[in-house]
Amino acid sequence: MTVVTTPPTPQRNRSLLGGRRVYRPNTKHIPVLATLALLIVMYSIGVYNYDSFGDTQVFLNIFVDNAFLLVVAVGMTFVILTGGIDLSVGAVIALTTTVAATLLTAGWPAGVVLPLVLLIGTVLGLGMGAVIHFFKVEPFIATLAGMFLARGLALLINRNSIPITNDFWTQMAQKRFRFDDGVFISLNVVIAAVVVLIAALVLAWTRFGRNVYAIGGNADSALLMGLPVGRTRIAVYTLSGFCASLGGVLYSFYTSSGYSLHGQGLELDAIAAVVIGGVLLTGGSGYVLGTVLGVLVLGLIQTIITFQGDLNSWWTRIVVGILLFAFIVLQRLVTRKAK
Amino acid sequence: MAEQLKMTGIKKVFPGVVALDDVDFRLLPGEIHALMGENGAGKSTLIKVLTGVYDIDGGDIELAGQKVRFTGPLQAQQAGISTVYQEVNLCPNLSVAENIFIGREPRKFGRIQWSEMRKRAQVSLARLDLDIDVSAQLDSYSLAIQQMVAIARATDVGTTKVLILDEPTSSLDASEVEQLFTIMRRLRDEGVAILFVSHFLDQVYEIADRMTVLRNGRLIGEYRTAELPQMQLVSKMIGKELEALEQIEEHAREATVTERGTPIVDARELGRTGAIAPFDLTIHAGEVVGLAGLLGSGRTELARLLFGADRPDHGALLIDGKPHTVKAPREAMAEGIAFSSENRRTEGIIGELTVRENMILAMQAARGWTRPIPRRKQDELVDRYVKALQIRPADPERLVRDLSGGNQQKVLLARWLITEPRLLIIDEPTRGIDVGAKAEIQRLVAQLADGGMAVLFVSAELEEVLRLSHKIEVLRDRRLVEELENGDDVDADRIMQTIAGGATT
Amino acid sequence: MTNLVRHRLFWPTVVLVVLLVSNLIFSDNFFRITLQDGHLYGSLIDILRRSAPLVLVALGMTLVISTGGIDLSVGSVMAISGALACLLIGDLSNPDAVGPVLLVIGAAIALCLVFGLWNGFLVAVLGIQPIIATLILMVAGRGVAQLITDGQILNVHSAPYRVIGAGYFLGVPVSFLIAAVAVGLTVALTRRTALGLLLESVGGSPTASRLAGIRARRITIMVYVFAAAFAGVAGLIYSSDVSSADSNAAGNLIELNAILAVVLGGTALTGGRFSIAGSVLGAVIITTLDITAVSVGVPVETTLLFKAVVVIILCLAQSATFRAKVFGRFGSGSRSGSPRAEVAA
Repeated sequence: MTVVTTPPTPQRNRSLLGGRRVYRPNTKHIPVLATLALLIVMYSIGVYNYDSFGDTQVFLNIFVDNAFLLVVAVGMTFVILTGGIDLSVGAVIALTTTVAATLLTAGWPAGVVLPLVLLIGTVLGLGMGAVIHFFKVEPFIATLAGMFLARGLALLINRNSIPITNDFWTQMAQKRFRFDDGVFISLNVVIAAVVVLIAALVLAWTRFGRNVYAIGGNADSALLMGLPVGRTRIAVYTLSGFCASLGGVLYSFYTSSGYSLHGQGLELDAIAAVVIGGVLLTGGSGYVLGTVLGVLVLGLIQTIITFQGDLNSWWTRIVVGILLFAFIVLQRLVTRKAK
Repeated sequence: MAEQLKMTGIKKVFPGVVALDDVDFRLLPGEIHALMGENGAGKSTLIKVLTGVYDIDGGDIELAGQKVRFTGPLQAQQAGISTVYQEVNLCPNLSVAENIFIGREPRKFGRIQWSEMRKRAQVSLARLDLDIDVSAQLDSYSLAIQQMVAIARATDVGTTKVLILDEPTSSLDASEVEQLFTIMRRLRDEGVAILFVSHFLDQVYEIADRMTVLRNGRLIGEYRTAELPQMQLVSKMIGKELEALEQIEEHAREATVTERGTPIVDARELGRTGAIAPFDLTIHAGEVVGLAGLLGSGRTELARLLFGADRPDHGALLIDGKPHTVKAPREAMAEGIAFSSENRRTEGIIGELTVRENMILAMQAARGWTRPIPRRKQDELVDRYVKALQIRPADPERLVRDLSGGNQQKVLLARWLITEPRLLIIDEPTRGIDVGAKAEIQRLVAQLADGGMAVLFVSAELEEVLRLSHKIEVLRDRRLVEELENGDDVDADRIMQTIAGGATT
Repeated sequence: MTNLVRHRLFWPTVVLVVLLVSNLIFSDNFFRITLQDGHLYGSLIDILRRSAPLVLVALGMTLVISTGGIDLSVGSVMAISGALACLLIGDLSNPDAVGPVLLVIGAAIALCLVFGLWNGFLVAVLGIQPIIATLILMVAGRGVAQLITDGQILNVHSAPYRVIGAGYFLGVPVSFLIAAVAVGLTVALTRRTALGLLLESVGGSPTASRLAGIRARRITIMVYVFAAAFAGVAGLIYSSDVSSADSNAAGNLIELNAILAVVLGGTALTGGRFSIAGSVLGAVIITTLDITAVSVGVPVETTLLFKAVVVIILCLAQSATFRAKVFGRFGSGSRSGSPRAEVAA
């Protein structure tokens, strides 16, 4: 990576090139590698300490239980890569499940309800993106308003938990993909995997994806380089809105219910997963793969705490907080060194 | 030869300021054309108009004979005008190859072809004699290389007719500049019209074929480099504004400093890499020291070092004869040093605070938050300085951002005068303000020095420096090149000669 | 007249008055204040009493926001302070003795100061963006609170402790008195000293402030400590009022409500000029809104919708771009970049 080949006119170029290139490992990869190492260490500790922790199904269940979070976190990854933030995702999940449950209970066909709820989240995201771009409102505030709006709408529709009994929904919820030795994954996992794959491809191989990185790196430069900054920014929030509502659909599969208080604080989990996954909160650096690892770390903490038995659930929060701190400081060090 | 680019009667107005007034400008294909002017001359505005960042309020732009009007940087680029800005405007977090191609990556079925892109990037950099790993992140390379990458991006469009280089050399060392010039000559020979902006006169004379000089938003003239001696260029850039200022007598010069004693500040080999080369400088009580030099000559950097706004990395600073490390502005303030920045709006006033609050800010900061200045004392101080400096409107409770530039400057001066400094450093206090206010500020500086205050006066206007200073320090290319005792033998021509690099007329 | 309308507290006041008056439609005796058992009773008193925690948190948030920062951790700090107080009181041999309870309160607030220092350290010394720095404690804080209470809802029976949130002094709710004292203290601290000016200066322009010799770092740390201390007191009031420590419910979403209160009160999120009176007004409006929802009979949560609308309107009103686009204030000068861009060459 760092070897500088001999320039064609060595005499003149030496001062320009010789020794100017500073050696260091690719800083972009450090946080992701750190997360991977952390994951391996945590998993090893789990396998070493608890019986049957090493079962394949235990690992797969992390995916089964967190598929919706993964989808939401993928949308959040795009937003954070541009240097923004989306606080509305948890509320969008609540809205999506509530609307879906209400309409299904009212007898609407699943074929109509499904696209409709996805559209609601997407439009909300589009709206927030437009406000952020056109009126230069800070993302924090615009998506905070979106959060209030979505949660308020959900509560207005129904304050209580609504069970979903629709056939299609039940089928989807119960759909299992089984493998040879009895292990399985749910449909949610497959959907989440597809989302992750598409997101990774989009970020790495399309102009839109690269523009996302460019904006996060330096939005002013991106504008001067003639990139469609406004369009990309709006698209990113729209995408996050879509992912949040898709996450909501998965959540309603997972819980077979719609509830206006679903997904409370989920935005924090999503942000934490993205940050622990090595995406720079100031934007411009990180990978969807990192986010996947971040979600796995969160899931693994829960699993370990469950296996431990005498540890209580609040340790999850504390550990997540400590990890957040560690990764934020790591990011800070990495970016400072790059300067 | 037909012009590649022709701008006629360009006018650009900002609220309260006419930035460009009836400016004509042309670029021929296959030439390097320097755009010259001091702060506020309108260079940046002209470039931004040309690159589509600003819309114009009057005039015409013709590109290759076609009338054009850009609605944004993208349109300008598509029309063949590419720009490389002083601050490298690329994305540091992307690879070199991406920075060259982002927005027009080679694609197949919507999918970016990375290997093809890298290959092309390699080729395009090879044209600039650069062979580096194009898949490495941009910020892992030096600024010089980043600059080259920016040029590669600008010229790779293939259809580039006009290349604008806005101060590309300000962070390059001598051999890097040479490298850049080689490339510029090659592009010129390929028929590209290059617009070059630089504060380094030597560089301009080395590379430019012709030049256009702007001053105060107006066109001064267009010249062949070979036919315009450096001396004349400097005088055209700086100009002479004598009219309203004659009323200040040759005041300062007469009051020669008799008693010298220990200087308030004594800089010995003080310097900061990349900002100002090590310099020696002494300033005594009651003395006005003028810093003369063009924009980018290091005059501001020198002033900031004395105030601790930047940290020196070379030499020593003696205050009252004792070595002192000034690490932060408040430490300089404790020694009685005050500094009023040239960037009035970003580093000086705090727009949303009132005139009164802005005025007492430095004094309050020195006292700490627990010891507020009693309101009566505030009013008294503010009232005195509003009157003394004739600040208009004379309402201390007005928000400072609503005042004119000249009055903002006076508020800023008052802020420091209230602290009763022993050394007042003022960087371009008269820039962008009207002639009347200018004369008042000059008179004030003379009075202060008479009262025993030492003043370090930074200005781009030589007449002003000459009129006020006892001693003039001349800077060129980030180096203090000459110290002149202000006497009858010293005049604007003499200083210009030094600024212009000793060239004789 | 125009001066009155232009005053920055004009619109918030109008909103509050409209809210209060609209309550009359639903309950005739909304404005009635009666004296029962030596205590004042009535909806208005209720509003004052219930606003106290939010007022306290909004005070700290105002100072933080004036420096251009933000503190997301206030809710968690509330939970922690309530949890610690309840835990320690539970351990007291005589929970009805005043002295030990005061010590407990002191200990809880001291812990909050430490958390404030932590936030300030991350922001001012490590240079982490405020929103990110305080996110850490926001996430971990509730875990810490649950750790303290061992995940239980700790019930306390302590007469002196109960006074803080539910007691009356001379017929007036003690929580209201505490909030009033805090407001007075903050006003004195910021306007009687030079702290307010220096805060506004740092928030208005950090660079210019540094060049004017202001110790920005020290001031920044201080405001986070204040914010945490006030949040701690708010946590005590809350837990005293419900006689228990509930680590999940205490201060839930209060950071957002506090930010909303500050913005409602006319302090811009970008820092600079702040209005303590405005923030207090904002906090009272939000509490009134919640109470109104109850008296009108709609679910409390639907006030979220109203809040969303308010946030959107306020932000658009504060957005210079929006004003320019809608009212065309700046004409068609520059296309990109700020319309007030300085002309430099």
